[in-house]
Amino acid sequence: MQSILEARALSKRYGSTLALNNVDLTLPKGKIIGLLGPNGSGKTTLLKIVAGLLTPTNGIVLVDNQPVGEGTKALISYLPERTYLPDWMTVEDCLEYFTDFYADFDMARAREMLSRLNVPANKRMKQLSKGTREKMQLVLVMSRRAKLYLLDEPIGGVDPATRDYILDTIIGNYDNEATILISTHLIADVEKVLDEFLFLKEGVITMHDTTDNVRETQGKSVDELFREVFRC
Amino acid sequence: MAWQFNSSRPIYQQIVDEIELRILNSTYEMGMRLPSVRDLAVLAAVNPNTMQRALAELEEMGLVTTQRNTGRTVTTDETAVSRARDSKANLLAETFLMQMKALGISRQEVISRLAKGEDKEGEHAVNS
Repeated sequence: MQSILEARALSKRYGSTLALNNVDLTLPKGKIIGLLGPNGSGKTTLLKIVAGLLTPTNGIVLVDNQPVGEGTKALISYLPERTYLPDWMTVEDCLEYFTDFYADFDMARAREMLSRLNVPANKRMKQLSKGTREKMQLVLVMSRRAKLYLLDEPIGGVDPATRDYILDTIIGNYDNEATILISTHLIADVEKVLDEFLFLKEGVITMHDTTDNVRETQGKSVDELFREVFRC
Repeated sequence: MAWQFNSSRPIYQQIVDEIELRILNSTYEMGMRLPSVRDLAVLAAVNPNTMQRALAELEEMGLVTTQRNTGRTVTTDETAVSRARDSKANLLAETFLMQMKALGISRQEVISRLAKGEDKEGEHAVNS
């Protein structure tokens, strides 16, 4: 199977803290994959390195067989933990901003999704609620025709109805050539949309398997397995 | 409303069961065109690959067929449907009998209880 992401001997050190410790990783094309781990396990660090926003201390990362750099940024659509849309921008401004920045941005798709949200195009970001701003950001990110989507905690801190909207948006826009890597610690909510999952513990990948396989061989959900593995 | 799944079995198997049930009780009528994989995935709130896998399994069971132009439809083959109903019913009966045996209830008592259950069902129907 062709891989979209490969990491070899990847490490990241912040001072005396080892955030990622010798990570080896191969992710296939066309899958939705959960990056699961407790707070502080290195999820955001890993995503930022793949997105090209952090330089690793050691090791290499290939996205679609290219080293991370300008070329791979065009292939990756990244949703950071916090939204970065400036307060003064209107919804329409944001759409134009993404059109300018990304050749693969699908305006029609974005407008279609936004219409379901009932957000007027002339509203400014600061007039929107936190939840709506997060949904807006996700719509922008998912409206790109990228090969690899990196979603950092897309459902953290939103209400259950918004969570459903977000998961719907992810499922409904997924095309089966692309891979989506979703980091979260809210596993029960996300599990049924995942093909595969990774457990990240203190900067080390301790498990990489398919969700079906865990249920078939162990008769339990990934959520249950997570609670056992990460019991405090 | 998203479909409910338990945590002990693979989700694609639970989808197969759910769609099979809908075909057996004619919620999905014979010959009916099924929604696309993506739409079904959104309805059930599951991964499209998982839905794809479930539909492939249903095709193998002969309950769903793929036509080149019309997409997926529920089979029009009555023998395939009655075969599926038969094996489902057998499975339920076997499970039930095993559980009764585990409770220490004799075959004879099981039969008389079933008959009583049928009477009760009849009474309820009259009263309601």
